[in-house]
Amino acid sequence: MLLKNTYNEFIKILAKPRSYLGIGALTLLVLLILFAMKADGKSFISFVTASFEQTLSFNGNILNGNLIAFIILQMLIVHIPLLVSLVTGDLISGEAAMGTIRMMATKPISRTQIVLSKFIAGAVYTLILTLWLGFLALIVGKWMFGTGDLIVLNSDGLVILKEQDILWRYGLSFGVAYLALLTISTLSICLSAFAENSIGPIVSTMSIIILFTIIGTLDVSVFDSIKPFLFTTHMASWRSFFEDPVPWTTIRNSVSILVIHNIVLVLIAVYKFNKKDITS
Amino acid sequence: MENTEIIKVQHLAKNFGSFQAVKDVSFTVNKGDVFGFLGPNGAGKSTTIRCMLSLIKPDNGQIQLFGKDLKNHRNEILSKVGSIIEKPDFYRYLSAEKNLAIFARISGKDVSKREIAEMLDFVGLNGRNRDKVGGFSHGMKQRLGIAQTLLHQPDLIVLDEPTTGLDPQGIVEIRNLILRLKSEQNKTVILSSHQLSEIELISNRMVIINKGQSIIEGDVKELLNAQEMVVQLEVNDMEKTLNVLNLRFGSASFKQINERIIEVNIEKQLVPSLNQTLVQEGVEVHAMEPKRKLEDFFMKIIQS
Ligand SMILES: Nc1ncnc2c1ncn2[C@@H]1O[C@H](COP(=O)(O)OP(=O)(O)OP(=O)(O)O)[C@@H](O)[C@H]1O
Ligand SMILES: [Mg+2]
Repeated sequence: MLLKNTYNEFIKILAKPRSYLGIGALTLLVLLILFAMKADGKSFISFVTASFEQTLSFNGNILNGNLIAFIILQMLIVHIPLLVSLVTGDLISGEAAMGTIRMMATKPISRTQIVLSKFIAGAVYTLILTLWLGFLALIVGKWMFGTGDLIVLNSDGLVILKEQDILWRYGLSFGVAYLALLTISTLSICLSAFAENSIGPIVSTMSIIILFTIIGTLDVSVFDSIKPFLFTTHMASWRSFFEDPVPWTTIRNSVSILVIHNIVLVLIAVYKFNKKDITS
Repeated sequence: MENTEIIKVQHLAKNFGSFQAVKDVSFTVNKGDVFGFLGPNGAGKSTTIRCMLSLIKPDNGQIQLFGKDLKNHRNEILSKVGSIIEKPDFYRYLSAEKNLAIFARISGKDVSKREIAEMLDFVGLNGRNRDKVGGFSHGMKQRLGIAQTLLHQPDLIVLDEPTTGLDPQGIVEIRNLILRLKSEQNKTVILSSHQLSEIELISNRMVIINKGQSIIEGDVKELLNAQEMVVQLEVNDMEKTLNVLNLRFGSASFKQINERIIEVNIEKQLVPSLNQTLVQEGVEVHAMEPKRKLEDFFMKIIQS
């Protein structure tokens, strides 16, 4: 039943126009950045690197596909949660609003399986979105800008990564970025189990992200103890793979916190949906 | 197989906050019944049906379907039930056949594409298979709802006000469909309605509920043809009529409505002789209208 309904969920997602809105918006944004960089990237880069240029030696051009992918990830990781929750925040509450959840809940499939199949579908949608982002940023980026060494400006200075030392970093950082987006997907589906309309969970998801991000950036000592446990603190963990040496313990910590968030949110959603009276 | 209990609801209760939507509802549906679930708006019909389909959790009482407890055998039971509750809702952005395929996939039975097409034919939606449900009229959705209900060949069919929003022809079609399901396939049907006349036409047994309580349950014909009946008479001479009633029909009670109209509560077999006697005494009987007790009773329930 779980598999059958997951298949159903895919059919529904594929048929909904808003699913393509996310992918379309993402494509548009990335292409916009790519063309902006193509047109005016040199001056953008020289502004940052002017002071270092004489003292460092690079292989190939600085403005290459590797750097472009890094810039794109950096710029978009803040906006993609909206595109994710646009689809995932609607998965349960949208059916409550339409009344179809009532039809589903009178079928011989347990409520737990209904919720789990929605989580699986949401996870796959998020994965496709992440892979598409990776394809556009890295493959299209390299095709347009060529390849080369990557210079990254970190908090503790400039890091130069050799061309052949980069791909595995991207592989892993996309993995962690996926986990962060998955947390958004899970959060919005969880909120979706509490709502009867589709806009509520989407807005709440974004509000929570904004609130947590603000708490995370405020330099107030009362928040210091909770900051490490906010999922938003770990949204940028993908970046750690571009430090040298890679801070494995920090990354492992981020991954565990994100995984725990996912598990807890799924459990809350399953509990809530099982207890719920369906009166729509 | 007759008199196998398909549904047994006992002392069902459900509150929404402090509001008691269902207080104490009990009834039994046997195999092959077309069971009428009658009650005015807000009586608690839909709430009871939602409890029977595990959509909401009752606060009290027992629900058994096919002789098994709903709580412990939910999936097994629901695979043998087809239902429409209040109104059929579908995925607007999917076609009629895709919608049916989606619900069939989680119905617990394998349903082929051909069966889906045949079912769409059966409910009169042939040619619309690939049209998006978003563009369907209410009546068409209702038909699709019926298709969804029957697709996995359930033994028990639950229809909550299946004829609301249908045109007269649609109502007749649904009625005939229900009768055919009973006679040709020996299915059990429970249908809710707030109209006695609708129940009377197709049900063999029924329960009346009001304000969350089951009031009376039984065979429809027996309930409707109760021995006592109320006859409304329109006469030209009220004085003579009252005389006849007092002197010759002492067992009957009556209530004068106005100068010409009187309601008489009388045993059914005495009605012809009442008529005859009045005519013999020179009273012109302009109208003699039976008002059955149950209908009266039901009207009183609705009005109170
Ligand atoms: N989700 C809910 N929250 C609060 N009250 C509710 C809810 N659902 C139903 N009720 C109340 O419970 C009572 C019974 O409603 P129900 O829908 O069961 O009636 P019904 O017999 O199906 O009526 P109708 O003929 O109008 O369909 C009504 O007074 C209704 O207002
Ligand atoms: Mg109702």
